[in-house]
Amino acid sequence: MLHAKIPEGLLQDKWSNYKAQAALISPANRRNYKIIVVGTGLAGASAAASLAELGFAVEVFTFHDSARRAHSVAAQGGVNAAKNYKNDGDSIWRMFYDTLKGGDFRAREANVYRLAECSEALINHAVAQGVPFAREYSGYLSNRSFGGVQVSRTFYARGQTGQQLLLGAYQALLKQQAGHQLQLHTRHEMLDVITVNGQAQGIVARNLDTGEMSTHPCDALILATGGYGKIYYLSTLAMNCNASAIWRAHRKGAFMACPSFTQFHPTSLPQLGNYQSKLTLMSESLRNDGRIWVPKLPNEQRLAKDIPEEERDYYLERRYPSFGNLAPRDIASRAAKERIDAGFGVGPMKNAVYLDFKDAMQRDGKKTIAQRYGNLFDMYQKITGINAYNEPMMIAPAAHFSMGGLWVDYNLMSNLPGLFVLGEANFADHGANRLGANSLLQACVDGYFISPITVMDYLAKQPIQKDKTQYLAAAEKAKQEVRVQIEQLLQIQGDTTAEEFHKELGNILYKKCGLSRNQRDMELAKEEILALQLRFKTKLLIPGKESEINFELEKAMRVNDYLEMAILIVEDALQREESCGAHFREEYQTQEGEAQRNDENFAYISAWEFKGNNVFQLHKEALQFNFVTLKNRSYK
Amino acid sequence: MKLDLHIWRQASFQAKGYFEHFALDDLDEHMSVPEMLDHLNTQIIKSGGQPIAFESDCREGICGQCGFVINGNVHSPVAGTTTCQTHLRSFTNAQTLYIEPFRAAAFPIKKDLMVDRSALDRIIQAGGYIGVHTGMAPEANTHLIAHNLAEKAFDAAACIGCGACVATCKNASAMLFTSAKINHLSLLPQGAPEEQARVTNMIQQMDEEGFGACSNTGACEVVCPQGISITNIADTNRTWFKKQISN
Repeated sequence: MLHAKIPEGLLQDKWSNYKAQAALISPANRRNYKIIVVGTGLAGASAAASLAELGFAVEVFTFHDSARRAHSVAAQGGVNAAKNYKNDGDSIWRMFYDTLKGGDFRAREANVYRLAECSEALINHAVAQGVPFAREYSGYLSNRSFGGVQVSRTFYARGQTGQQLLLGAYQALLKQQAGHQLQLHTRHEMLDVITVNGQAQGIVARNLDTGEMSTHPCDALILATGGYGKIYYLSTLAMNCNASAIWRAHRKGAFMACPSFTQFHPTSLPQLGNYQSKLTLMSESLRNDGRIWVPKLPNEQRLAKDIPEEERDYYLERRYPSFGNLAPRDIASRAAKERIDAGFGVGPMKNAVYLDFKDAMQRDGKKTIAQRYGNLFDMYQKITGINAYNEPMMIAPAAHFSMGGLWVDYNLMSNLPGLFVLGEANFADHGANRLGANSLLQACVDGYFISPITVMDYLAKQPIQKDKTQYLAAAEKAKQEVRVQIEQLLQIQGDTTAEEFHKELGNILYKKCGLSRNQRDMELAKEEILALQLRFKTKLLIPGKESEINFELEKAMRVNDYLEMAILIVEDALQREESCGAHFREEYQTQEGEAQRNDENFAYISAWEFKGNNVFQLHKEALQFNFVTLKNRSYK
Repeated sequence: MKLDLHIWRQASFQAKGYFEHFALDDLDEHMSVPEMLDHLNTQIIKSGGQPIAFESDCREGICGQCGFVINGNVHSPVAGTTTCQTHLRSFTNAQTLYIEPFRAAAFPIKKDLMVDRSALDRIIQAGGYIGVHTGMAPEANTHLIAHNLAEKAFDAAACIGCGACVATCKNASAMLFTSAKINHLSLLPQGAPEEQARVTNMIQQMDEEGFGACSNTGACEVVCPQGISITNIADTNRTWFKKQISN
């Protein structure tokens, strides 16, 4: 049933072969095809601009007031590419292998290879768009290293790489709108996918300024709506990041793959109080020069600067000498949690570890460190009021990136024909753990280089004239269903806000299906989430009405979707009786506390089918490794 | 911590606005301003009222979505800081705060503290891009760009599109915003060929949107959360005049 459609041939030939054989549409005919893109982050904006440049009619939807606000904007550290500008032994193959291994061998070889293969073109394109990447004094592009690799392949624009890449894509998008090749709808939220016999043919959208509901037909639909890490409530994501678009597609039949694979970022700022709405990320690049430690004594009361060197435990350097502070994110986060749980945490809530630049400043000088990370130190001071030049930063793991997402084949098309899913919204390339600086890359590569070819190939094989009768009936039905849902939510008039429900849900997931998981806790989590779903249906309070700007209604619909999705996340984590990447099952670990993978039974992608009423059916796509040998992932 | 709040309420663009008073006495000094409003909104909703509409997404000072005027300070009383990065410890206990939306003719108020800043997108649309299609680009190191030039382009490119420069300007001019984008792109060799069309079209669009003229007071660079310099405006003026003369 699940067919990944991976092209034949050697790994390095697959994408070239695919491109050589992909079906095309004549330039004059492309305007007859309508493509809808939902989301204007890096994946959405780049796909929309590239498809419009090819001549397709493109319609774009974002719930933001401007396409530039999408959360890609917040990515700090950089974007990877196998340029080997450092002459340090990098290559497409090495980048492919690092990424596959970083993901603990739970991604497809062919997809990951293509990601590495297209990385070079992405850097070329971004530079041409005017992205001001860091340069050497000679004028050449500069690189730095990131977690989980031993080469320097990360391109960066200070601590604002995501912002600069997004502005490049956003500007390309607006250029197409100026040329009337593309129509952009801001402040419109997609609330359903319209399907006809299982094929995606349009969307239902709500105008967030007026509440007006509209339907929009298309020949191909692209969802590029980002990740769902915000389901944990406290996360590094923006307040409005949500799973609703992919969840509603899932309800319409699209399979959800590996939803329990959520990355916890090791260098977030710790929670300071219960009023808090989010956790702020500090770029992983800080780990290039910062050393992570906790006191050797539990319940240490002294200030960091008063703790002598011999009483500090640089636990990453101790446990993983060859990668040290640059161990991959899942490992660094878990190691921090291990120390915090053991009572060695620091900070007012004893929930953090130190990230110390003392040695780096002694070695390179304060000025150099300020040049490298100045904006991050400023940001840290703004948020915490602490000057990190004088004392170590305090950091903690936080929910961050969704490796899971809608299942897609090699074309980035879901099991619903015509529904393509790009960027963080799909599950495709990162396996069970994403390497730093690979998310901007994946979003861009999906949008600029893959989808224009695969979407055209799909459209070329579709008949141009369609009988619209079935579509019109399906559109009306979908719109009506969304209306009924909104009315039902508004009518509850209980006493608890959507945000309060969201906080409760996040709390359950953090504790029982977060950085570390076990069967007993997850069974409990399921019960608690089911109880929360029931309470939501009777106690939710939304003020105001549908036909106006109503942020509470928007939040309530998203939390409603999160409450359903949370059950699936737990189900997925329960069925995977192994530890891999970010998914750590306490029952499956080595004697040293490392993740214990089980390739014999779990080398597959879990793809879930929605059956209604908290019931999901599991399908398995077996992962075949024809070009690499599976190895135990060691960073020691 | 206690604060005495007077917050701008306005049901829609047409409706008449007013300040509504709220006295809060259960605040934490480490809350950010949007977190304070979240907290207040929960109270309002539970007592049957209409929550205050405001926008704030990333809460890291990078998406450009938030921004209010607090006691006359655009974004924040803390220099170079967005509203979302302003914490209550920046205020004194029991202080009175007047919180209003960004005000400019080109930024119509939508509801309470929400304004429509789509005019800024239309300025970008008029020429704030380099016309390269996917697939055209040469190898990335083909054009060498001196470190200082790359840094200068970055300084201009760092704009987050929040509109604080407009809100603080007595003429509600968008010159800092517009010139930052013009300079970012025109400084780089890749963006140089389109420089003249870019400057003409973006300035023309800025005028059409109803932003005022720049009279070089420098107020904009004081509030800019990214510290964008008004030298961008000088550079843009020079390019624009050169273009006019050559016509």
